[in-house]
Amino acid sequence: MLSVVDLGIIREVREDGRDVEIVLTPTYSGCPAMDVIRMTIRMELLEHGYKNVKLTTVLSPAWTTDWMSERGKEKLTAYGIAPPLPSQQVSRPDLFGRGQAIECPHCHSYHTSLISEFGSTACKALYRCEDCKEPFDYFKCH
Amino acid sequence: MSLSSPFDSVLPHYVLHLADNALVLGHRNSEWTGHGPILEQDIALANIALDLVGQARYLYQYAAKLAGNELTEDSLAYGRDAWDFRNCLLVEQANGDWGKTILRQFLFSAWQLSFYDRLRESRDSELAAIAEKSYKEVIYHLRWSSEWVIRLGDGTEESHNRMEKALDQLWKFTGELFVPAEYERSLGTTGVAVDVEALRTPWEKKVGEVFAEAQLAWPHAAGGVAGADARRDAAGAAKSAWAQTGGKDGRHTEELGYLLAEMQFLQRAYPGCEW
Repeated sequence: MLSVVDLGIIREVREDGRDVEIVLTPTYSGCPAMDVIRMTIRMELLEHGYKNVKLTTVLSPAWTTDWMSERGKEKLTAYGIAPPLPSQQVSRPDLFGRGQAIECPHCHSYHTSLISEFGSTACKALYRCEDCKEPFDYFKCH
Repeated sequence: MSLSSPFDSVLPHYVLHLADNALVLGHRNSEWTGHGPILEQDIALANIALDLVGQARYLYQYAAKLAGNELTEDSLAYGRDAWDFRNCLLVEQANGDWGKTILRQFLFSAWQLSFYDRLRESRDSELAAIAEKSYKEVIYHLRWSSEWVIRLGDGTEESHNRMEKALDQLWKFTGELFVPAEYERSLGTTGVAVDVEALRTPWEKKVGEVFAEAQLAWPHAAGGVAGADARRDAAGAAKSAWAQTGGKDGRHTEELGYLLAEMQFLQRAYPGCEW
């Protein structure tokens, strides 16, 4: 399972005895998982004996998939989600997905095509493999 | 709720203007959820809606913090009436067909990208941080909506005609994006707000490029006056220069009232309700 640390959204942890502050940043502004993530972190830390748990959200510097750990990318592939390419490839103004080759997480073919830039969640795009014919999610670089 | 009283400075009005832009367009897009032409595009528009509502939340939270009283992000979104909303008229326009929704998104995203790009340099660190985050999201919105404008404009006769009709309906609301409101003018020299007048040139360039590929005529040339070129040019320029304004000062089109009636119903009927 991909952890919040693997995802790169935990920016800092400050510990002082039984007090702890977690600084986190959202993947996307509207990520609906953020409230659940914050609550789960709080519950987990309280269960582990911390008394005061402070959660601070920061927006700058903005989250990038470059902060995702290598271990996290391996976990995504194992789960069947193509991991993000390095972020030099993002922010291209090119239309119609020109010049993008995403590896199929199932058969490792690069003969894939974009179905939609927005997948089941804001952080993923929907692709199809033209060789093994399987659709797959791509964790888009951001 | 009157907003003039809780705010003793100009900045919250500016922040609310930005928040209202994002929320109103986000809500409009969310009206498509479950009704998109195909599943993937339904999901795409829902994702864009989510980004915009997320941006709106950060902005409302900041506005509420600046107000420093009992206001919250929820009371700002659900507790104000149309005349307190400061969004541009463009974003509140009804969805119409898929083409009009796409065109509205494209015209606004093209503006919003340049806008956030500059707001990243704001001397207000909170606004700069929100802009830095939002800028990356709008890149996707602009790319996606540009592709659709081209696909529909340069598509079938039917899709092209619908795009022209949508352009005719929406164009008059684009000028307002570049006309500063009083709160923008008074923040003008502080390095906090973006000079929206300076955004017109990059916006026209971006929109012009996509229109050219989409086979859509720039509304300049669509003056529609028969006769001498000079007359046509003059009419075209006049049409292009004329802008319907008012939204940024709380004078809205009829459309916003219907949107708020639906969006705010639950909190109006059951104030503070959570589930």
